[in-house]
Amino acid sequence: MAKKEYAFYPGCSSQSKASASNYLTSVNAMCDKLDVTITEIPDWNCCGASIGYAEGGELPRLALSARNFALAETHLPGKQMVATCAACWLAQREVKERLDHSEVLLKETNEALAAAGLKYQGTTPIRHMVEVLIEDLGYDALKQPVVKPLEGIKFAGYVGCQTNRPFGIAGESFENPVYLDKLVETIGGEAVPYDQKVTCCGGALAFSEPDKSQKQIRDIVESAYDHGAEMIVTPCPLCQANVEIYQSEINKKQGTQFKMPVLYYSQLMTVAYGGSGKDAGLDGQLIKATKLEEIAKK
Amino acid sequence: MTTANQTAIAKYKNSFLREVEANVEEGHWVRMCMQCGVCAGSCPLGNAWAHPPQELFMMIRAGKREEVLASDSMWMCTSCYNCIVRCPRKLPITHIMHGLANYAHRLGLAPKGQPTRETATLFWNNLIKKGRVNELTFSLALYFKDGFVQGIKNALNMQAVGLGLVKAKRLNPMEILGGHAVKDQAGFKAMIAKARELEDRKKGFAK
Repeated sequence: MAKKEYAFYPGCSSQSKASASNYLTSVNAMCDKLDVTITEIPDWNCCGASIGYAEGGELPRLALSARNFALAETHLPGKQMVATCAACWLAQREVKERLDHSEVLLKETNEALAAAGLKYQGTTPIRHMVEVLIEDLGYDALKQPVVKPLEGIKFAGYVGCQTNRPFGIAGESFENPVYLDKLVETIGGEAVPYDQKVTCCGGALAFSEPDKSQKQIRDIVESAYDHGAEMIVTPCPLCQANVEIYQSEINKKQGTQFKMPVLYYSQLMTVAYGGSGKDAGLDGQLIKATKLEEIAKK
Repeated sequence: MTTANQTAIAKYKNSFLREVEANVEEGHWVRMCMQCGVCAGSCPLGNAWAHPPQELFMMIRAGKREEVLASDSMWMCTSCYNCIVRCPRKLPITHIMHGLANYAHRLGLAPKGQPTRETATLFWNNLIKKGRVNELTFSLALYFKDGFVQGIKNALNMQAVGLGLVKAKRLNPMEILGGHAVKDQAGFKAMIAKARELEDRKKGFAK
């Protein structure tokens, strides 16, 4: 009997062969080791992400997340919903807050959902995987399965924006959240002090305003080097993609020599729990995390 | 000038604040701003804003309709939420910026060719087509938004990155054939259409 069960909202980037498919691979392996069962919400849809607002407006965007809640409530009743993507979690949480506090928006959203034969009831909370780990399981339980502590690797814990603001993880500060550093230390790694831990990577503007975003990304990577980090670790798929993918662009344009691996917390945990490099999705890194691969092979 | 724009001008006459309160997402918060400027100082792209949020709020209250809606300022929002958590009056500034951008876009007053406006429109159209984002067709649409020649240049520029992602199994060339989708296409599309219809009626965009 599994210890914990959740209704799982993977989100578009975690689908097979999408930009965060290695996140999903490692989350599956990590949950397996922690005896956490995640059941995919049948037929979930995109949450609209951070830039859906421009064309999507308010109600169509509310309807997107409300449909996911309604599907979870219908098919996986009684289970809390968990998301791994920062933007998915935030969108769902924002929509829940709006609908639970406005009878007008609730009525209109349900009118739209009725066209798909669904109804939002507001019974299912939305959690981020990080909340499940540190609140439902706790650091002690996260330490137990460690068989290969990540000794000798220095990590810059890059929390970014959307798991941190505006809701954040309960008890953490917006300016200096420490949960990611604590997670790293729980599995035997070293968390270096890191002054860019909540800096924005540019988000979706990495596509539309590349120069402005790459300035942000440069700060994030440079600071990790300055503090002696060997890898960056993050809970957000867009942070991961932006900070990893654009290093080569910045090198090309600005003559830097960045080659800083950027990983998900779940990849670190999978390796520390004895999973293979493949289980941890390390084959999905554009910038190889060699030291982590070596530990996985041991 | 669009019909919706003319209707809004006639309806709200010289009270742009009332128009924003009625038609812009979270717009009812605008009058709460006390002009401290913490939002401006907290924005990662702060330097890129011709009018930072507190200035936009004052301009709305001063009735500077055209200047606000035609501004590219709110299109600089990265959705980092720094301004929200630091605002002493707890204004949902990020959402108001999104709301203003959406309203200006729908009225046809937002700057033409504004890159985030174009990207965001492509993104939304991509996701409602199948219910899930198709990262390949979204990237291609972005590369080719300024024509075929520029598209080839953009694609070649990003070729190494794209091939790296394909090799790492994080980009699938086969997505060109359709890719991921929700199963209940009919229900999904009916829901979005209904939501859009209700929103348009409420905010003065109904035809």
